[in-house]
Amino acid sequence: MYEGALGHEYADGEAICRQGEPGDRMFIVQSGRVIVEVASGTGAVFVTELKGGDIFGEMALVERRPRSATVRAHGPVRVLTLDKRAFLRQVHEDPSLAYRILETMSRRIRRLDAELSEYRRIRSQDTGVT
Amino acid sequence: MATLEDGARIGVIGGGPAGSLFAYFLLTFARRLDLDVCVDIYEPRDFTKSGPAGCNMCGGIVSESLVQALAIDGITLPPSIVQRGIDSYVLHTDTQSLKIDTPLDEKRIAALHRGGGPRDITGRRWRGLDSHLLGLAEEVGAHVHRTRVGEVGWDDARPQVRLSDRAETYDLLAFATGVNSNGLQLLDALGLPARRFRTTKAYVTEINLGQEVIGQTFGNSMHMFLINIPRLDCAAIIPKGDYVTVCLLGRDIDKELIGAFFRNPAVRRCFADPAAAREGACHCSPKINIGETSRPFVDRIVLLGDCGATRLYKDGIGAAYRTAKAAARTAMFSGVAARDFQKHYWPVYRSIAHDNRFGLLMFTVVHWIKAIRPLVAAVVTMSAREQAGAPRRRRMSTVLWDMFTGSAPYREIFLRTLAPPFIVRFVWESCRMAMRRPKPAEEPIHV
Repeated sequence: MYEGALGHEYADGEAICRQGEPGDRMFIVQSGRVIVEVASGTGAVFVTELKGGDIFGEMALVERRPRSATVRAHGPVRVLTLDKRAFLRQVHEDPSLAYRILETMSRRIRRLDAELSEYRRIRSQDTGVT
Repeated sequence: MATLEDGARIGVIGGGPAGSLFAYFLLTFARRLDLDVCVDIYEPRDFTKSGPAGCNMCGGIVSESLVQALAIDGITLPPSIVQRGIDSYVLHTDTQSLKIDTPLDEKRIAALHRGGGPRDITGRRWRGLDSHLLGLAEEVGAHVHRTRVGEVGWDDARPQVRLSDRAETYDLLAFATGVNSNGLQLLDALGLPARRFRTTKAYVTEINLGQEVIGQTFGNSMHMFLINIPRLDCAAIIPKGDYVTVCLLGRDIDKELIGAFFRNPAVRRCFADPAAAREGACHCSPKINIGETSRPFVDRIVLLGDCGATRLYKDGIGAAYRTAKAAARTAMFSGVAARDFQKHYWPVYRSIAHDNRFGLLMFTVVHWIKAIRPLVAAVVTMSAREQAGAPRRRRMSTVLWDMFTGSAPYREIFLRTLAPPFIVRFVWESCRMAMRRPKPAEEPIHV
């Protein structure tokens, strides 16, 4: 059955894209799981885990900025690459393709809102400021 | 105003990729709008059956661009469907063979069977694409009726489907019957003022070689043939699980042409056992659409996929996806009147038909090239040199890849061939090859 898996295979721990490098493509997880992490002064901080069907690296197609995070395979994983030119050509022809990117971004903003709110609550408890 | 409201009823005649994807997207868009609509798909065939009963007679390739578009839409093609991921192609001429990899070193094309497999299949390890897509439509709420539509007509300006035991009236009726069924005869009763599509015959056969042999001899490459056989526009051998699919496209494909193909040395040297280069137990000569229906809609009726327009020779499933999605988008967000389809569906439909003009031109040029040996040698040499160079300069390789796989619009490919560096390089290589003595055929390559 292996021959039928689409995309590129990455081994456990292998970086699919790295924080700081220029991004000209986005990715869709075909099978397996990946971990998103951001480098901080004390090491890599876990951000989230993504599974089959999830999209990542899409910010590089929207804005000309370096990758904001490193994404690594968590166990063997298959990832399909979408290069910028092909993606934008398809979105230009069919704008509804961008809807799923919007959904993904919307979900992330909602999660970030919740995490920020939780962070502020904990911080205010620690400092005694309300 | 002819729009789809809460409780609207939509009928789809034909449950192949065009019908299934239309239902899938219509119901997906309806959910985004918080609308509850009913979609009935009429498909008498069982796509899980092997042989002609469950097959939609096709090469069985999902193009690079379609794999990507489906993935963005959240439709993944799992290994239970995809028998082999294609990551390269091998170009065969009368004297040479050249392997060309995709720039990203990735399996980006899906080789699969449309139905339950060839008639001589023994162990069934993969599902077909058509049953998978029909299943997706059912998952989002479409009702599949395993019955043949007797006739269609009008019921107070709404299309009506008449079955043996009842009649169903719809707010919108989509035809996705392809070009190889009798479903289109139903359209006559509706009096659609359209010039029907034009067809020609293709040829598809499935050769059982076994997974191990296929892996060793054909690998994960699609094998394309630039050989000088009159009337043959395009020939491919597509490796799958236990079978390879041989697909011939051109004008008036007949037994003589099929025999000439299998006898050709370039074809025979692909097989570990050249005696295996012959027609398999399962073969067909399906009609393929080579000229679009002139007007694919009237009020509350729309034609999708092959029975309207499809891409010339390539990426028929991609054209089904594009027309199905555009029609679903139009129906859900704009309306189901002819003027709505004219404004929102027609541009997508026309772009496919318009692009085929460039495709026809490209295949005509390929015909000329095939007949002149130095030009064929120039194509191969240019591609071979590119493989050793930087990916950004792979002009001929990407032209061939996109041309043979259907991964890019024909117009875009054509414009790339007009780039001065491409023309200069090709003319230079052609002159060089014209001055060289012809070489004997090379050893077979095992990828």
